[in-house]
Amino acid sequence: MTDAKTMFEKIWRRHVVVDRDDGYTLLYVDRHLMHDGSATGFALLRSRGLKLRRPDRGFATPDHFVLSDSRSVADIPDPNHRSLVEQIRTNAAATGVTLFDLGDERQGIAHVVGPEQGVTQPGLTMVCGDSHTSTHGALGALAFGIGSSEVAHVMATQCLWQRKPKAMRINVEGTLQAGVTAKDVILAIIARIGTAGAVGHVIEYAGSAIRGLSIEGRLTLCNMSIEAGAKAGMVAPDDTTIAYVKGRPFAPKDAEWDKAVAFWRTVPSDAGAVFDREVTLDGNAIVPMLTWGTSPEDALPITGRVPEPSAAADDVRKASLKRSVDYMGLVPGMPLEEVAVDRVFIGSCTNSRIEDLRAAAKVAAGRKVVIPAWVVAGSGLVKRQAEAEGLDKVFREAGFEWREPGCSMCVGMNGDTGKPGQRIASTSNRNFIGRQGPGVRTHLVSPAMAVAAAVTGHFTDVRKLMG
Amino acid sequence: MEPFTKITAVAVPIDQPNVDTDQIIPARFLGSPRPDQVKGFFRDVRLDPNGQPKEGVTLNNPVYAGAKIIVANNNFACGSSRESAVTVMYDNGYRAFIAPSFGDIFFNNCFQNGVVPVRLPAERAARLRALLHASPGAQVSVDLAAQTVTSPDGEIDRFEIDSFRKDCLLKGLDEVSLTLGYEADIARFEQRQKGELSWL
Ligand code: SF4
Repeated sequence: MTDAKTMFEKIWRRHVVVDRDDGYTLLYVDRHLMHDGSATGFALLRSRGLKLRRPDRGFATPDHFVLSDSRSVADIPDPNHRSLVEQIRTNAAATGVTLFDLGDERQGIAHVVGPEQGVTQPGLTMVCGDSHTSTHGALGALAFGIGSSEVAHVMATQCLWQRKPKAMRINVEGTLQAGVTAKDVILAIIARIGTAGAVGHVIEYAGSAIRGLSIEGRLTLCNMSIEAGAKAGMVAPDDTTIAYVKGRPFAPKDAEWDKAVAFWRTVPSDAGAVFDREVTLDGNAIVPMLTWGTSPEDALPITGRVPEPSAAADDVRKASLKRSVDYMGLVPGMPLEEVAVDRVFIGSCTNSRIEDLRAAAKVAAGRKVVIPAWVVAGSGLVKRQAEAEGLDKVFREAGFEWREPGCSMCVGMNGDTGKPGQRIASTSNRNFIGRQGPGVRTHLVSPAMAVAAAVTGHFTDVRKLMG
Repeated sequence: MEPFTKITAVAVPIDQPNVDTDQIIPARFLGSPRPDQVKGFFRDVRLDPNGQPKEGVTLNNPVYAGAKIIVANNNFACGSSRESAVTVMYDNGYRAFIAPSFGDIFFNNCFQNGVVPVRLPAERAARLRALLHASPGAQVSVDLAAQTVTSPDGEIDRFEIDSFRKDCLLKGLDEVSLTLGYEADIARFEQRQKGELSWL
């Protein structure tokens, strides 16, 4: 036996407030992100007459219900939705949490804003009433989504009752090919282990291909951990992480910076740490991916074909494949590159950061879209940066719409939905039935692959469009 | 929270694995107050775009009116953290879910609302679903104190549940009140952290 510990174990231990004999732990929460959907949590807190314990640990920004073509709350047509966006303002003012409001350039999707502002840091525990909180693990934090009752619990106590999950390591070794991104890596991982593949586990992504990813890429990777069923996903903090955090508004400064860095260096898993499960993938072999069906595990290389339900191993699987193929309006055996696309969405907490937009613009440059295509930056700051680099011009000249930051078509809560039967190439994270509107067919892809579909009108191996 | 002890009720079988919370309640219902969300319950699974019941959908079978239990497949209620996935089922009468595995956040959300997620081995859950298909409208019992599920044919399965969660459910205990009892521990933790992670 050794006492080598995993990164997860170290962060967990550091945040134990109480360990009960029955296996439950009261875990301290360092950072609580809030969004317009957190209104329920605030209401629950108020209904019990409780105060927010640590407003200094709370950071709020409206994202789900904000419009992508206006920055005015008054323009939100649905009164319930408008009220949710208004409530984040009144709740933040009443409790003292930091707010990045509509109209403030720092507003955006909570999971884009957190890292961008330096709120997300290595070694911390973070929660948010949103399943994609796993995103923040990219910087070496233990971050996971919770429901609105637990949101209220964290507001009241800054803690959560948790049973310790298991630790899993997914190693991706090698060098990614040109045109292959973090999105393709995570889709390849989910295709391999399944959407229930990591239930009950916290994933640590490791290996040379992961270490080679930028922070943006790691955020994309960790974002979709939940799609593999994991409680959280994380990447060990390294020089890339530290360089990313440095100088951000909520990052430590001066002497505190040195102290923080010294701590962050202790966060990664010790050599010889034992994981409950290990999975290894060959990064060299990953090619651009897309989902064909209605679950994120329905991911295939772009070089593949629509599956044949009749070839499935058992009846349940056969029925579920058939249901997916039917919903998606596909023909079994058809090459994926021949599937025509109606619309393209580039955005969401998975793929709306500056690097995503740069990768998309690179493919879009000098080409024209043949179907409606949107680009929705993840935050006002990403949007400004992209405009400073002239990316908005590239997109506009190619025929893309350049819209205002928020969740937008990822979930369509703000009204940005597709039409029944439409086929959308989307850089988001969920291809569930009706996710982008009733009857809409969603295919998950990387930003570069989304552009390839936009300019050709069908799914296309982006490597063919790269010079 | 209402305590949960034991229920005997009609159970609905759902065979499909990986039922996501977007199916249980589509996103377009989430911006509305809870009473208005009730009709979002499996809305697009049950009804066509004109609001007419779709054919061949188990949940539309009138024998399941009054059902309180769902027997599902792997990874039930995965996906979004929306607690409305639990409350919409609660408000439609459901109190217990039986499946081989659950979406993690949904699983936790159940305990916050006084409903029980029961994990049974895949083959036992499949057997139970088959029995329910064979005699639609049959009843199942979930006894939390005894930690058992009784199938329509009388076979009894024992299930595991954390004693912490079980206790809270049986007593209808609310976690916030429980946690506030640990105030001194939380304050002590914060004091220590202030020294260690002083930049936070
Ligand atoms: S972008 Fe999509 S997945 Fe991300 S927080 Fe918004 S709705 Fe959720």
